[in-house]
Amino acid sequence: MTDSKYFTTTKKGEIFELKAELNSDKKEKKKEAVKKVIASMTVGKDVSALFPDVVNCMQTDNLELKKLVYLYLMNYAKSQPDMAIMAVNTFVKDCEDPNPLIRALAVRTMGCIRVDKITEYLCEPLRKCLKDEDPYVRKTAAVCVAKLHDINAQLVEDQGFLDTLKDLISDSNPMVVANAVAALSEIAESHPSSNLLDLNPQSINKLLTALNECTEWGQIFILDCLANYTPKDDREAQSICERVTPRLSHANSAVVLSAVKVLMKFMEMLSKDLDYYGTLLKKLAPPLVTLLSAEPELQYVALRNINLIVQKRPEILKHEMKVFFVKYNDPIYVKLEKLDIMIRLASQANIAQVLAELKEYATEVDVDFVRKAVRAIGRCAIKVEQSAERCVSTLLDLIQTKVNYVVQEAIVVIKDIFRKYPNKYESVIATLCENLDSLDEPEARAAMIWIVGEYAERIDNADELLESFLEGFHDESTQVQLQLLTAIVKLFLKKPTETQELVQQVLSLATQDSDNPDLRDRGYIYWRLLSTDPVAAKEVVLAEKPLISEETDLIEPTLLDELICYIGTLASVYHKPPSAFVEGGRGVVHKSLPPRSASSESTESPEAAPTGAPSAEQPDVIPPQGDLLGDLLNLDLGPPVSGPPLATSSVQMGAVDLLGGGLDSLIGSTNFTAPPAAAVPANLGAPIGSGLSDLFDLTSGVGTLSGSYVAPKAVWLPAMKAKGLEISGTFTRQVGSISMDLQLTNKALQVMTDFAIQFNRNSFGLAPAAPLQVHAPLSPNQTVEISLPLSTVGSVMKMEPLNNLQVAVKNNIDVFYFSTLYPLHILFVEDGKMDRQMFLGTWKDIPNENEAQFQIRDCPLNAEAVSSKLQSSNIFTIAKRNVEGQDMLYQSLKLTNGIWVLAELRIQPGNPSLTDLELSLKCRAPEVSQHVYQAYETILKN
Amino acid sequence: MIHSLFLINSSGDIFLEKHWKSVVSRSVCDYFFEAQERATEAENVPPVIPTPHHYLLSVYRHKIFFVAVIQTEVPPLFVIEFLHRVVDTFQDYFGVCSEPVIKDNVVVVYEVLEEMLDNGFPLATESNILKELIKPPTILRTVVNTITGSTNVGDQLPTGQLSVVPWRRTGVKYTNNEAYFDVIEEIDAIIDKSGSTITAEIQGVIDACVKLTGMPDLTLSFMNPRLLDDVSFHPCVRFKRWESERILSFIPPDGNFRLLSYHVSAQNLVAIPVYVKHSINFRDSSSLGRFEITVGPKQTMGKAIEGVIVTSQMPKGVLNMSLTPSQGMHTFDPVTKMLSWDVGKINPQKLPSLKGTMSLQAGASKPDENPTINLQFKIQQLAISGLKVNRLDMYGEKYKPFKGIKYMTKAGKFQVRT
Repeated sequence: MTDSKYFTTTKKGEIFELKAELNSDKKEKKKEAVKKVIASMTVGKDVSALFPDVVNCMQTDNLELKKLVYLYLMNYAKSQPDMAIMAVNTFVKDCEDPNPLIRALAVRTMGCIRVDKITEYLCEPLRKCLKDEDPYVRKTAAVCVAKLHDINAQLVEDQGFLDTLKDLISDSNPMVVANAVAALSEIAESHPSSNLLDLNPQSINKLLTALNECTEWGQIFILDCLANYTPKDDREAQSICERVTPRLSHANSAVVLSAVKVLMKFMEMLSKDLDYYGTLLKKLAPPLVTLLSAEPELQYVALRNINLIVQKRPEILKHEMKVFFVKYNDPIYVKLEKLDIMIRLASQANIAQVLAELKEYATEVDVDFVRKAVRAIGRCAIKVEQSAERCVSTLLDLIQTKVNYVVQEAIVVIKDIFRKYPNKYESVIATLCENLDSLDEPEARAAMIWIVGEYAERIDNADELLESFLEGFHDESTQVQLQLLTAIVKLFLKKPTETQELVQQVLSLATQDSDNPDLRDRGYIYWRLLSTDPVAAKEVVLAEKPLISEETDLIEPTLLDELICYIGTLASVYHKPPSAFVEGGRGVVHKSLPPRSASSESTESPEAAPTGAPSAEQPDVIPPQGDLLGDLLNLDLGPPVSGPPLATSSVQMGAVDLLGGGLDSLIGSTNFTAPPAAAVPANLGAPIGSGLSDLFDLTSGVGTLSGSYVAPKAVWLPAMKAKGLEISGTFTRQVGSISMDLQLTNKALQVMTDFAIQFNRNSFGLAPAAPLQVHAPLSPNQTVEISLPLSTVGSVMKMEPLNNLQVAVKNNIDVFYFSTLYPLHILFVEDGKMDRQMFLGTWKDIPNENEAQFQIRDCPLNAEAVSSKLQSSNIFTIAKRNVEGQDMLYQSLKLTNGIWVLAELRIQPGNPSLTDLELSLKCRAPEVSQHVYQAYETILKN
Repeated sequence: MIHSLFLINSSGDIFLEKHWKSVVSRSVCDYFFEAQERATEAENVPPVIPTPHHYLLSVYRHKIFFVAVIQTEVPPLFVIEFLHRVVDTFQDYFGVCSEPVIKDNVVVVYEVLEEMLDNGFPLATESNILKELIKPPTILRTVVNTITGSTNVGDQLPTGQLSVVPWRRTGVKYTNNEAYFDVIEEIDAIIDKSGSTITAEIQGVIDACVKLTGMPDLTLSFMNPRLLDDVSFHPCVRFKRWESERILSFIPPDGNFRLLSYHVSAQNLVAIPVYVKHSINFRDSSSLGRFEITVGPKQTMGKAIEGVIVTSQMPKGVLNMSLTPSQGMHTFDPVTKMLSWDVGKINPQKLPSLKGTMSLQAGASKPDENPTINLQFKIQQLAISGLKVNRLDMYGEKYKPFKGIKYMTKAGKFQVRT
């Protein structure tokens, strides 16, 4: 008798029949009926209509029946919340049952019922179960806290369950500890900012003790939790490593990989001279190799992680090349990964073996794999110089096989080899030319054309070869067309006499008959170059090319360091930081490797000097600040200290000259200006209470400038999201012009050029007034500061939120998008002062429903200070009134698009306890009020 | 943690779904089906598939895809290991793990899955404990249950669940106390055209079947423990003792379990017990090719090689083969191009061979790829690495158990390139 009978019911009235059975008096029949219901549920049939009947079966001493009903409840309670309440009493009663199995089952099931009303009743039983005498109940309750947190986070915090959970980390039972850690980790993941897992040496010690005694799954949770801890010195790191190492011999591969993560991370702190460091390196290799003999799915995940480990510490696996050799019946995803790692491990010592293997792979059946193998041979040639010759001859052998895709792939990689070792292997060109006709893929054709153009002087019939391609010019892909154009121009510059006709032909094809703007532009450039200055043309077109770098597919060091912290997770499988793919934009904390500490004395905070760790979290706030101060102090500051505006201005003139620019250019701000310098002239004419304090204010950041308030730069585009380009910036308004101050940092390995910027349409028509000018290519690790002038005449589209600005930045690598919010006060124009009469009229005119009230809290300024602060940001005080000891300020401002905003600001001076300001705003476009209020707040608070 | 599980058969039907948190619509499997379509063979479906809101992690066992759905950053190995554990548990419960069997026992399957995970966190995955919570179905129990109305759900807290030895239940009783250990080694090797070894490694395991009363404490020592430098242990093994004395000391789980697995990769320790002589000739634009292979013993330490099976995936251009074996049976499937030759035992005096001709597609050029020969074989009473158990002792109990140790060497992924 099997369960398949549960699926065979009469088609008609199936539900009806079940209902009758569920309400039967006979226990046995009831149970059978519930089983039938569960069976239908498992295959996805909807049996929710039976909810009341099934719940009625819940009051029973039969544990199996109870469990079955619970299973049903978990599935359907959400769709029948009111009915689910009926079950609450039974749950509460079961939580008091003498049998721990039933207590645990009840609290566990209650947590799975995702109905708000039920969660209220859950709190008391859960609190009891967390303190239950039976560890089985406690460990179940620990998980239940995580469930409840998922449903109602606030409730969990209010009820203090988080603290109880933290206490469970010190529980006497290792399984309870493991589950508490698991629950806390899950909660912490949704609240990255909370300090739930605040680890200290004591708690670490407890975790390490529990590690030895809990189940394999618990070990994974504990190890992953340990990996987030930063030991205070190398001695602590070593002692943790020593206690984690035995986990490398665990049969569960997930435990092994989590242990590897902890070790890889803490190793960073150990000095390389230490004996222990060497021992640890040796211990890491065998478990990694063992992972490769597991099932293919496990192998795949292991290989993706080994790929990272090999890049970070190649020494671990350098002698283990052979385990990565491909078996012909490995699944394709394993094959491709193995190949990748083989290339990373290739060195002079083992290159012969590797090449022999790769050659073998190139004759396999799977086309993708064969192609990758051929490419791999090329990469070996580029990586291991001594092997280049053997690689080239291997590639030639492969070309002799005449297998179409092998030949094409080989030609593509030979092109790269030429670029790495110019003028060395040109003897093979003849062989390549023989295969010209068999090339049908654009990449291979383009590569071949490049080779012909580059070595035109050594190929007798280069013109004929290129001419043959020219016949079907319009049918070629753009890649081939561009390459052909360049190649023919190269040929012409090398052999001008015979090829004039050819070059004419290609130029006219490119410029006149083509629709492709890239092709046309390149055609015109060549045409002009050739016609105006052939010598210059030669210098440009035949310039010496930079050699291509050794390994083009290395992961950037910053990203690699972050990924090492994520060994064993999805991030390590995708080779992307979790922030790049984790659902729901939950703020993900960037992890970084701990700094290596040479001795135990260096107890500085780990953030202070991460070894190339991502700095996305701490944007540089205008580093040259100190220098500027130095410059100012070098001047004779004697007289201006007492601070009349005139004197200050002379200082600024000096400062400006020091920075090598004229004042005019600064005011126009169309030129490149370093933001701190640009900020200084804004002091001009600003009402300054005391020159001294003002100067000192300067030191504390740009925020205190008395010009229009400038927020410190924030990171807009982190390097991870933009292939190494990091952009931070802020907005400024000086003397009538708006600009966007950008700081571009190249955190990639390659040079960046060809920058351009574009804005999406936005609410106030902001648009760049000049192109983004980065004068020199940005080399790795270099930073430039640029001030981009903005106009407000661009096209307008209402954004949500109103001050949202979407920006696209392009460089030679790619186009990147980010969006940022600009402070509204950069749009407050200088002629925003309204006439007093008009103010009164307008105030009355605007209907009352357009009035918005706000409170600015904790702003202990008097009326004068407030109005002067606001005035520097173009918010003008029109009148001031004193009513019952309160100062009322009436103010106006105008936006670039002509919208007026009127304000009434209530200040209570002389009462230090009342530091809140009340702001009423009136405007015909009430949606701006909120943003104007925010502008007030930022201006007044900075 | 693990959100949901879908079981999918090879024709693409979802025949079971289980959710541990909120219900995830089964339409999420569409992404899996897409990937399945793209992969030519079931084995090639990538184990990690991203979808806009979830990740699908899958394993393929017994012609069933076990697809786990996760939503947050979860260690993928954790999930995959867990899925393997599910497969093992089903097999343990029902003898085989197949679609009809799962469908026949759907309620037990569902109860077991519920017991294995709570909110996506593993709860009980040791089969000893699971079996106490939910009794596996047997014909006798079904009959008893129907008569007495009792259930197959245990109502006692499993004893092992929280003890220091969670893998063993208390109160075990046997009339015959016995402990058997099988040392099984598999050779993975790639041999190149000329017969020299490219890679060779041994994957060894010691599987145990222990049926002992009470709480026995066993120690197992080896003649040559130095061979074992890369080992993974069952959690019951005391690691410290191994580190210091190279002795396996443990309280065993009840029944069948894998005590340890090890890996020997030092090339000079791996003996290759067989060789294959081959001559496979395709000729350009000829419709006939010649084929000949001979299998012979190499380093066998005097033991017989049995159960030899030779398989090879022939190139597409081979239409048919007409071959004569000196012993055993052979088949060639002209559709899949799979050649299979069941050799049986190798007689060193008269080496088995298989020769004949291949008919090739007329006019076509000779195939690009060379077929690889896959070999299976068995050698009884030999652990090829030379590993030998010295002695097995029992403490903690008074009776005298019956002890037995068996050795066996098998081919793992043993490939000969031609």
